[in-house]
Amino acid sequence: MGATGLAIQLAFVIAAALFIFGLKLLGSAATARKGNLLSAVGMLLAIVAALIDQGIVEFQWILVGMVIGGVIGAATARLVQMTSMPEMVALFNGFGGMASLLVGAAALGAGDSNTFILVTIVLSILIGGLTFTGSLVAYGKLSEKIGSGAVTFSGQQIVNSLLVLAILASAVMFCLQPENSQWLYAIIALSLLFGIMAVIPIGGADMPVVISLLNSYSGLAACAAGFAINNNILIVAGSLVGASGIILTQIMCKAMNRSLSNVLFSGFGSVSSAETVVEGEIKPISVEDAFYVLEAASSVAIVPGYGMAVAQAQHVVKELCELLEENGCEVNFGIHPVAGRMPGHMNVLLAEADVPYDQLLEMDEINPRMETVDVAIVIGANDVVNPAAREVESSPIYGMPVINVDKARTVFVLKRSMASGFAGIENPLFYKENTRMLFGDAKESIGGLIREFS
Amino acid sequence: MEAVFLTFILMLSIFLGFELINKVPATLHTPLMSGANAISGITVVGAISLAGTGQHDMAQWLGAAAVALATINVVGGYMVTDRMLAMFKKRGK
Repeated sequence: MGATGLAIQLAFVIAAALFIFGLKLLGSAATARKGNLLSAVGMLLAIVAALIDQGIVEFQWILVGMVIGGVIGAATARLVQMTSMPEMVALFNGFGGMASLLVGAAALGAGDSNTFILVTIVLSILIGGLTFTGSLVAYGKLSEKIGSGAVTFSGQQIVNSLLVLAILASAVMFCLQPENSQWLYAIIALSLLFGIMAVIPIGGADMPVVISLLNSYSGLAACAAGFAINNNILIVAGSLVGASGIILTQIMCKAMNRSLSNVLFSGFGSVSSAETVVEGEIKPISVEDAFYVLEAASSVAIVPGYGMAVAQAQHVVKELCELLEENGCEVNFGIHPVAGRMPGHMNVLLAEADVPYDQLLEMDEINPRMETVDVAIVIGANDVVNPAAREVESSPIYGMPVINVDKARTVFVLKRSMASGFAGIENPLFYKENTRMLFGDAKESIGGLIREFS
Repeated sequence: MEAVFLTFILMLSIFLGFELINKVPATLHTPLMSGANAISGITVVGAISLAGTGQHDMAQWLGAAAVALATINVVGGYMVTDRMLAMFKKRGK
């Protein structure tokens, strides 16, 4: 190893340290931005180090790739709406997967190949390929370009099992005959197909799990590519991302009281939902009456869900929140871990609307206070506030931790119509004695409340 | 021996990753994911060495395409994460 080689390796060590320190600073909202910057500096250092490698004799195609990628990346990052963040992350996961697939495939032509390297090449192609198509399907579902429901058909498990067997067989054949490129193409095609098959049976409400898992895969694919080209920094960075995705996946599964295999292999729609007999009647309320109740309230808890994102209501919610506070009322937000379409989705939307992050309480913080809350306002959330999860043993979501808005003195539910939530489960909350339904577009309803205040 | 050494690194960084990420508060989970996206763009480092061989073969074209895709992740990921984190404010500021 010459002096340049040593410098490059040292730069990689420093880059890894910066990634780690950056993630550590992400542990608090006050230091997170600095952490992200440090991580970016680490990345820049790693890229510069890669560029001074003496094995590189031609820069034009590297430059072309960087300019194209940089322009697309910068434009997307600037233009994307905060409500569309899940789609963007899904798409980026896919790009990361595809990049690892390409690096894996290119490594085959570039370096020497023993069985260990061949196996890691197979892994980077396999994980990269399924991450790519899986993410594209997830993107399609999240952006509603394709139907967001679970696609299931009879014999699906058998088809998928055969697919896995075919992948295994091709992988073994590839390792035995690496010079025969048809096995390589077979692995690429099968892994791309497998990505599609793996994500189509997963319904829209389970997207937070899928997107976290694909996030993890994109890191693991980079990791496998690191093994294939014998590069430490890819392994370190890839496994950090892999670990991050796995933890988020676990949190999401726990928040839905479901195992990962249950999310992955059984579409939520296919769960046999027992007919729950709901007693009581729906009690609608007018904007005017809702205003009188809110004016008298001294403590309000707002529980947002995906509907708030769809209605783009976060800014009017903030306005209402300010008016209530001026009126001497204490306002808090209760955020369920799976509210929205990706982990932390609601927090970003509310941050965009200038709601301070210490006003956003996690489920475990808000639930003990719920009994002292005068009015709980549910905006576009359904399953995450469904008391059936506590009370109705036959309910498909029984056991899932929910925000107990029904324990507040009064509950306002802002809802477009009586259609059930994404999971298609009846919600007894709407029929409770202390629940009032405020029908209509969430943004307009809250706008109405604001007009009453001023 | 090389393989064992690399696996050793893998094992340590996975454990480190678990420790670090467990401390990230729920409110920052979206920026965490987009930031992780940016880090997974580290593939660009591998892609660069493949795209610059000057051999004009298949491996080089694949490498160049990988550079473009991974750069989207790096640039887009860090920028959008910064944009989000800039919005997170404490009460009374």
